[in-house]
Amino acid sequence: MEQTVEYAHATGLLSGIWLLVAIPLASAAVLLLLGRKADKWGHWLGVLAVASTFVLGLLMFFQLGGLDAERRSAEQSLWDFIAVGGLHVDFGLLFDPLSGVFVLLITGVGSLIHLYAVDYMEHDEGRRKFFAYFNLFVAAMLLLVLGNNYVMLYFGWEGVGLASYLLISFWYTRPSAATAGKKAFLMNRVGDAGLAIGIFLMFATLGTTQYDEVFTGVSALSGGTVLVMGILLLLGAAGKSGQFPLQAWLPDAMEGPTPVSALIHAATMVTAGVYLIARSNAIFTANHTLQTVVVSVGALTLLLGCVIGAAKDDIKRVLAWSTVSQIGYMFLGVGLGGGAYALAIIHLLAHGFFKANMFLGAGSVMHGMHDQVDIRRFGGLSKYMKWTWLTFMMGWLAIIGIPPLSGFFSKEPIIVAAFEREGWTAWLYGSAALLGAGLTAFYMTRLFVLTFHGPKRWTEDIHEPHESPYIMTVPLMLLAVGSIGAGFLMSTSVPDWLEPVFGQEQAEAEPVLAHWLLTTLSILVTLLGAGLAWALFRNGTAEEPEPAGVLVTAARRNLYTDAFNEAVFERPGIYLTRALVFLDNKGIDGAVNGLAAAVGGSSGRLRRLQTGFVRSYALSMLTGVVLVVGAFLAIQLGWLA
Amino acid sequence: MGDLKLPEINYGALSPMLILFGAACLGVLLEAVLPRGRRHGVQLTLALASLVAALAAVILTRNTRVVTIGGAVAIDGPTVFLWGSILLLGVVSMLLIGERAVEAGGAFVSQAAITVGSDKDLKQAGGQPGATEVYPLTIFSIGGMLLFVAANDLLTMFVALEVLSLPLYLLCALARRRRLLSQEAALKYFLLGSYASAFFLFGVALIYGFAGAVDLASIHAAVADPQRNEVLLFGGLALVAIGLLFKGAAAPFHVWTPDVYQGAPTPITALMAACTKVAAFGALLRILYVAFDGVRWDFQPVLGVIAILTMLIGAVLAVTQTDMKRLLAYSSIANAGYLLVGVLALNKEGLSSTMFYLVAYGFSVLAAFGIVSLVRDAEGEATHLSRWAGLGRKSPLYAGVFSFIMLAFAGIPLTSGFTSKFAVFGAAIDGGQTWLVIVGVITSMVLAFPYLRVIVMMWLSEPGESTPTVSIPGFLTSAALVIGVIVTLALGVIPAPLLDLTNDAAQFVR
Repeated sequence: MEQTVEYAHATGLLSGIWLLVAIPLASAAVLLLLGRKADKWGHWLGVLAVASTFVLGLLMFFQLGGLDAERRSAEQSLWDFIAVGGLHVDFGLLFDPLSGVFVLLITGVGSLIHLYAVDYMEHDEGRRKFFAYFNLFVAAMLLLVLGNNYVMLYFGWEGVGLASYLLISFWYTRPSAATAGKKAFLMNRVGDAGLAIGIFLMFATLGTTQYDEVFTGVSALSGGTVLVMGILLLLGAAGKSGQFPLQAWLPDAMEGPTPVSALIHAATMVTAGVYLIARSNAIFTANHTLQTVVVSVGALTLLLGCVIGAAKDDIKRVLAWSTVSQIGYMFLGVGLGGGAYALAIIHLLAHGFFKANMFLGAGSVMHGMHDQVDIRRFGGLSKYMKWTWLTFMMGWLAIIGIPPLSGFFSKEPIIVAAFEREGWTAWLYGSAALLGAGLTAFYMTRLFVLTFHGPKRWTEDIHEPHESPYIMTVPLMLLAVGSIGAGFLMSTSVPDWLEPVFGQEQAEAEPVLAHWLLTTLSILVTLLGAGLAWALFRNGTAEEPEPAGVLVTAARRNLYTDAFNEAVFERPGIYLTRALVFLDNKGIDGAVNGLAAAVGGSSGRLRRLQTGFVRSYALSMLTGVVLVVGAFLAIQLGWLA
Repeated sequence: MGDLKLPEINYGALSPMLILFGAACLGVLLEAVLPRGRRHGVQLTLALASLVAALAAVILTRNTRVVTIGGAVAIDGPTVFLWGSILLLGVVSMLLIGERAVEAGGAFVSQAAITVGSDKDLKQAGGQPGATEVYPLTIFSIGGMLLFVAANDLLTMFVALEVLSLPLYLLCALARRRRLLSQEAALKYFLLGSYASAFFLFGVALIYGFAGAVDLASIHAAVADPQRNEVLLFGGLALVAIGLLFKGAAAPFHVWTPDVYQGAPTPITALMAACTKVAAFGALLRILYVAFDGVRWDFQPVLGVIAILTMLIGAVLAVTQTDMKRLLAYSSIANAGYLLVGVLALNKEGLSSTMFYLVAYGFSVLAAFGIVSLVRDAEGEATHLSRWAGLGRKSPLYAGVFSFIMLAFAGIPLTSGFTSKFAVFGAAIDGGQTWLVIVGVITSMVLAFPYLRVIVMMWLSEPGESTPTVSIPGFLTSAALVIGVIVTLALGVIPAPLLDLTNDAAQFVR
C-alpha cells in the first residue's frame, strides 16, 4: 500500500500557530517569575491566556476549514531544533484537522476549567502557582498536538507529564499526594521510555522523525519493524492514557485538585495516547497484528475500568476508573482502524465534555460538603445543589449512552464497529464493548443515585450544603450543553473533517449482527445496568464497607493489579537497588577510595623529596640530566630498543 | 677586510623587541631622574604603553615571514603568534604588577636592600611605596621572551634565555612581605637557573661540535647527514632540551617551581606561570620542530617519558598541597606535562594545539593568581588552604571566579581548559602518541581532586574566624580578572577563531 503524506505550508493567520504555544507559556513564565507580586491578579492572567488561545485557535480552525480538503493543513518550521550528524529535527508545528480539533478541545474545555478553578482554588495560598502550572500544562499539551515531528511530540509529552506531576502533588504536604505524584512519574517513565525507544527506532530505520516522511516511508519497512515500532509507541500511549498494564497511576492522580483531575486526568492529557495512535495511523494500519494488540488492550482496559469502578466509593476515583474505561473504548476504536479512527476521536471529544462536566460537578459537590469524597456519606443532594445536580445528570446520561445525548452517538458506533471485525474476534471484542456499556450504566447510575438521591447519610458537621457560586456553575452549564449536543453534531461532521488525516473511509464491512439489532441491544443493556443500579441503591447504602464476595473484594483492590506490580516489579526492584548500593559501597567506592588513598599516600611520600634545600634540588636535576643524556645515548648506541 | 658585510636588518619585523628594549632602557633612565613620588605612575604608563605599542607592531607586521640579522632571528607564523600571546599575557601581568589599591604601596618591597626584620623593614612593610624598578625589569624580561621564541640560532637563544631570566631572578626577591621566603626563592631560582643555563650552554657547545654551526637551519642539515658523530648530536640535544625544560618546569627539572612560585611576589608568579611558560615552550617547539626534526623518532620516547613523569609528579603532588600558591605551582608543572604531550605530537596540529594551550592556560592562571593576591589578612596574602574555608559565604563573587578558574584547570567543558586539553590530546593521538594521552587523561582525573577540594572548601565549609576577607580589587586587578575570566569562558565556548589563528600560524621558516 503506497501512501504519500504531504503538508501544505502555513500562510495567513495560520502562520501564527506558534502563538498558540507561546501565549500560555509566556503567561506561565510571568506567573512563576513574578512570584508573590502576581498573587492578586495572577489567576485572571491565567484564564485570559487560555481564553485568548481558544479564540485564536477557533479563528485558525475556521481558516483551515476554508481550505480545500487536499490542502487542509498548515506546516511551519520555526528553527533547527537538533542537528547532529544524520539527525535533523526542526522545531516545526503542524495545524491540520486532527490537531485542530484537539486545539479546540484543550483550549475550549481548558478555558472553562480555568474559570471554574478561579473560585475553586480561592482559599488556597498557592493559587497563582496553580495557574502557572495549569498554563504550563496547556502550552505543553498544545505543543504535543501541534508538533510536526515525533521529537516535538515527545517534547510536549514530557511537558504535560511535568505539569501533571507538579499538579498531582500540588498539595505536596499531604503524603498521599506526594506518593501519587511519584507513582504517576514512575509509571509514566515506563511508557515514556517505550515512546523514546520507538522514536529512536524510527530514526534508525527511516532516518527521520518528521510525520510526513515517517508516514510516507513506513510502507517500505518490514512487518516486524513496524510491529516493534508500533508496540513501543503503544507502550508510551498506554502509560500516558492509563491503559493496561500501566493504568494504576491514573486513579491515584485524583489526589490533585479537582480542576486538575477534570482537565488533565480526564479531558485532555490522558487522551494523548489516543492522539498518538490516531496520528500514527499510517504505522498502525500497516500491521494487522499491531491493530489486534491495540484492540485487545482497549477491550481489556475498558472491562477492567468498569469492574473496579463499580466497587469504589470515592467519587473522584469512580470517575477516574470510568476515565480509564472510556479511554479503553477509544483505544478499541483506534485499534479497529479505518472509519473507527474518526469514531474514537468523536468519543474522545464527547468524553472531554461530559467527563470534565462530571469532574467539575464532583468538585462542586465536594465544595459544598466540606471536601467529603465518599459517596456513601452523600445522598439527597439534588434538593440543595440544583445546578450541580442537573448538569451532573446530563453528564451521567451522556456517558451511559442514552439517546440523544452525546455518549450515544460516540460510543454506540464503536460497539458496532467492534462487531464488524472478521470471524470470532467480532464476537469477542463486540461483546466486551457491549458488556462494558452495561457495566458503565451500572456504576455511573450507582454514583449518581448515591450522590444526589436517596436518604441523607451526611457526616454530623454538615447541616445545609450550599450550591457553588456562578463562576463554578456557569462552566458546568456550558459543559452540560456540550454533553447533550456535541455527540449528535459531531457524528456527521467530524468524519468528513478528519478525512484528510485518516484517508477515505473504506466500504464498511457488515457487522455480524444487524445494525439495528446492535443499537437496540446496546440501549437495552444500558437500561438494564442503570435500572439494576437504581433498584439496588435507591434507598442508599451502608455507610461502612461490608464484607463481600470474591469479585467485589478483588475489584475493591483494583483487581490485584497493584499487588501484582508490587510483587513483580517493586520488590525485585528494591532488592536490585539494595544489591547495587552494596556493590557501589563495597566494590566501586572501595576501589575508588583505595585508589585515592594510594595517590594520597604516594603524594605524601613524594613530598618529602621536596626538601627545600637547593643542594638536593641540584642533585635531583643532575640525576635527571644523567638519565636523560644516558637515555639518548643508550637509544643511539643501540642499548635500548 | 674590505668585504666584511654588515648583516641585513629588517627593523620593521624586529620593531616589537626594539620597542620593549627601548622602553626598558628609558625606564632605567627615568628611575634615575624622576622624583620618587611620580615614578610609579610614569613607569606603569610607560610599561603598559610599550607593551601595547609592541603588540600593535606585531599586529601591523603580522604577515612578515623573514629570517633577519644574519640569521639570528626568525620571524614566522609561530613567532608572530607567540609574540602576540606573550605581549597580551604581559599586559595582563603588568596590570597585576602595577596594582597598588589592594595593599598600600603595592606588592613589592620599597628597597630590596633593607635588612629583613629591622625597624626600617617594618616601616616599609607598613605601606611605603614599592620599588618601581620592577617595571623596566619586567619589560626587559618580556623583551627577552620575545627574542627567546624568535631566536634562530642557539647562541641568540642563550642570550635571550639570560635576558629573560636575570630580571626574573631579581623580581622574585622583591616581595613586600615574607621577605626571607622571597629572597630564598630568588636565590634558589638563580642558582638552579644558572645550573640549567650551564647545561644549555654545554649542549650548544656539543651541537657546535656536531654541526659546525649554531643556527637551526645548519643543524637541521647536519642532522640529515649520516657521517657525523651522533654522540655529540644526542648529548647536545639532551642538554639543550634540559635547559629549556627547566624553564618550562618539566620533571625532574621542576624542583625549583613550588619554592619559587610560593616565595615570589604573586604578580611575578603570575608572570612566570603565564609568559615564561609561553617563552620556554615556544623555544622548545622551535628547536625540536626546526633543528632536530630529522631525529624525531629518537627523542620522542625520551621526552615522552619526561612528559609522563611531569604529569604524574605535578598531579600526584598537587593532591597533598596545603598552600594555594604551591598548589598552583604543581598544577603548572602538570600543565607543562600536557604541553609536552602537544609538543611531542610532532605534527602541525601539535604545534597549533600547543600554542592554543599556552594562550588558554596563560589567561586562566593569571586570573587564578589575581584572586590569590586578593585573599588576604593583616599579615598579607593568606595562602594556606585552610584559610580559604567558607570563602564562598563571605565573598561569593571572588570565590565564584576562582571556582570557575579551578573548573577550567580541571578541564570541565565550556571552559578553555577543556578545549585546550582536547586539542593537545587530539593532536597527540593523530601523532601516534596514544600512551601519552592515556596518562594525560588519568592525571587530569587525579588533578581534578585538588581543584575540586578547593571549591568544596570555599563553598561547603563554614567560614571560620581565621577566614580572611577578600580585598576590594583596584581597577587594574579587576581588569586583569575580567580579561582572564572572559578569555577562559570564550575559548571554552567559541574556540574556533583562535584555533583557526593557531592553525594558520603553525608554519616555521627554516
